[in-house]
Amino acid sequence: MGQGFLAGIRASLRDGPVLDVPAAPAGTTDLGAEGIYKSFGDVEVLTDISFGVGDGEFVTLLGPSGCGKTTLLRILAGLELPDRGEVTLCGKRMTGLPANRRPVNTVFQSYALFPHLDVAENVAFGLRSRRTAAAEVELRVGQALQMLQMEPLAKRYPHQLSGGQKQRVALARALVNEPALLLLDEPMSALDAKLRAEVQIELRRLQRRLGTMFILVTHDQEEAMTVSDRVLVMRGGRIEQSGAPSEVYERPVNRFVAEFLGSANLIAGRRVSGLVRTEVGLLKMDEPPAWDEGTLAIRPERIQVCGHRPEVNGVSGRVRELIYRGDHMDLFVEPGALRVRTAPRPELCVGARVWLELRPEYLVPLSD
Amino acid sequence: MTRLLIWYGELATGRRLFCRGASFLLPALLWLTLFLMLPSIALVAVAFAQRGAYGEVVWQFTLKNFHRLLGYGLFGWSADYLLILLRSVWVALVTTVLGVVLSYPLAFFIASRRGRARYLWLALIILPFCTNLVIRTYAWQLFLSNQMPLARLAHWFGWLPEGWALYPGTVAVYLGMVSSFLPFAALPLYTSVERLDWSVVEAAQDLYASRWRVFVHAIVPQTIPGLTVALILTFIPAMGVFVVPDLLGGAKHMLIGNLIQQQFGASRDWPFGAAISMALMVLTLVGLFLLRRSGGNDRGGGDWP
Repeated sequence: MGQGFLAGIRASLRDGPVLDVPAAPAGTTDLGAEGIYKSFGDVEVLTDISFGVGDGEFVTLLGPSGCGKTTLLRILAGLELPDRGEVTLCGKRMTGLPANRRPVNTVFQSYALFPHLDVAENVAFGLRSRRTAAAEVELRVGQALQMLQMEPLAKRYPHQLSGGQKQRVALARALVNEPALLLLDEPMSALDAKLRAEVQIELRRLQRRLGTMFILVTHDQEEAMTVSDRVLVMRGGRIEQSGAPSEVYERPVNRFVAEFLGSANLIAGRRVSGLVRTEVGLLKMDEPPAWDEGTLAIRPERIQVCGHRPEVNGVSGRVRELIYRGDHMDLFVEPGALRVRTAPRPELCVGARVWLELRPEYLVPLSD
Repeated sequence: MTRLLIWYGELATGRRLFCRGASFLLPALLWLTLFLMLPSIALVAVAFAQRGAYGEVVWQFTLKNFHRLLGYGLFGWSADYLLILLRSVWVALVTTVLGVVLSYPLAFFIASRRGRARYLWLALIILPFCTNLVIRTYAWQLFLSNQMPLARLAHWFGWLPEGWALYPGTVAVYLGMVSSFLPFAALPLYTSVERLDWSVVEAAQDLYASRWRVFVHAIVPQTIPGLTVALILTFIPAMGVFVVPDLLGGAKHMLIGNLIQQQFGASRDWPFGAAISMALMVLTLVGLFLLRRSGGNDRGGGDWP
C-alpha cells in the first residue's frame, strides 16, 4: 500500500486501455479509484472505472443521465458499496469505510438540509456529531458562514431560504468539517440560469482559495467547462475521455464526446494517401487519421467564412439557412449541411455563395 | 349590482358562489348542529343542574357537581375522583407513548416492503377494525385466562400464583389499550415514513452522525406530521375509553370513561356525569394545546394541524 500502491494505480491509469490520465498537476494522486464496478441487478452501472485526482484539483464527472456519474460519486462518499474495485484517499484505503468515517463531505442535489435546525445549527451539525468543543464550533461555524456571506441568515430555517441560499448552507455545512475531498452532486440543478452562472464562478474561486479536492457531478457541459481543472466525460458506466476542458472540447476522441460538449460537424471520410476524401472535398490533415474510413469533427466556430478561395481545405458552398443570434450568426451551408458559427456579417444572406476554410489543425479524427 | 368574477376558470357572480357554497355546506352544518352542538350545549347545561331524588334532572343552577369532582363530598374531602382523572391521563399518555414507540419500527417495516406485500401488511393492521372493540377485549380475556399458555408461562416464571389469570390487572389494561390503538398510531406514521426524504438521512451519515443523531435529526423531524396525527388519534380515544379498563382492569383500574358510564348508568346521576364529561373534554383540549405548543409552529417541521 502507501506510495507504492498509489504509484501502481497511476501507472495502471496511464497505461490503461480505457483512458489516458494526464499527470495530476501537483504531482500526487490524492484520490485514487481503481477498477470500480457496480451493477444493480442486471444493469451494469459502472464498468471498471479507474481514475485519479490530484491534490487541490477540481474534477467534473460529466455525462447524460444514467451514465453512472452519481453512483460513482456515491461510492466515493461511502453511500454505496462497489461490487469490485478500490477507493483510496491520501494513501488510505476507503473501500468498506462508511460515510461517517471518511474525511469526505457531500453537497446533495436536494441540499438535504435539516428542516428543524436553523442555518447555524445545520452548519454546526458535523462538528457537533464529532463532539467538538462549543467554543470551537462557534468559531468555525462563524468562519464558514462568513466565507459564504451567510452571517445575516444564521438564525433562519431552511424553509425561509431561497434555492441559492440553501445551496450555500449545504456548501458551508460540508466545508466546515474541512474535508480532504468535497463531493457535489448536481448542486446547481435547482438554480435558475443567471444564478447558476454566478454560483459557478464563485464555486471555482472558493475551491482555488481552499485548495480542497472538489469532485462535481453534472450533465451541463457549460458548467463542467466553467468550474473544473479536468473533465471526465462518462457514458454507459465508462469514462470516454478525461482531460482539461479545452482539451476535451478541442480534441474529442469520439462522436459522443464531440456531440455532448457543444455542437460539432461530423464529416464521414476515407483516407487517401495523406489526405481524407469527404463529401465536401479532399481535406488535408495535420496528422493523417489512424483509420481508413471514419469520421472527422470540426467545431462550427472553427470554420472560417472567407470572401475568396482559401489556400488549404477550401469548401465552396451555398448558405441554406441563417439564424441571427445577436452576438453571432449560425449558418447552415450546403454541401454537407455544415454548421458554421461566425460573427454577424450583414453581407451574408440565404442563398449566398461562400468559401469556407476548414483548417487542418481544427479537424479532429474521431475513433468511431 | 352583480359583480362578475372568474372563479377557477368559471364565470360567476359572488352571490351565486355564496349560494352554491352554502347549499353544499348546509347538510353537514345541520348535522353538526343537531347532533354535536345541541347535545354539547345540553351537556354543559346538565352539568350545572341537580340530581333529583329519583335520578331525574332538576333544573336548578349549582356548582355542586364540580365540587364533588374535586373531592368535596358528604363525608369530607377525598382524592378518589381526582385520582381517577390523573390515572386516566397517565394511562392515556403511557398508551400513546407505547403505541408510538411500537409504531416506528412497524411503519419502517411496512414502508420497506415491496408491492403487494406492503398492502398485505397494511390490511393486517386494519383487520382488527373489522371486529367490535368489545369482542376484541373479550378475546384478550380469553387469551389471558388461567387456562391459556401465557398465564401458565407467567406461573412457571413465578410471577403468578397457580390457577390465576393475567387479568384483571395493569398489564392487561395496557395490552388491551395499546393493541386497540396501535393502528391509529401506525397508519399516520407509515404515511410519513413512506414519504421520507432519505437524502437527509444520508446527509446526517455523511456528517458523522451516530445512529441516535440520525434518528433524532434526520428521521423524527420528517415524520412530525404523521407523529402529530398519531399522538392525537391515540391520546383522545385513550382518554375516553371505558370498555378495555372495564373488562381487563377491574374496579382498581377505573378510568374517567368508566366513571362517566357509571353516572349515566347505574348511579343515574346525569348532572355529575355531565360534569365529568366536561372535565374530560377540558383535559383533552389541554393535552392537544400542549402538544401544539411543544411542536412550535415556527420551526418548520412540517404541516401542523
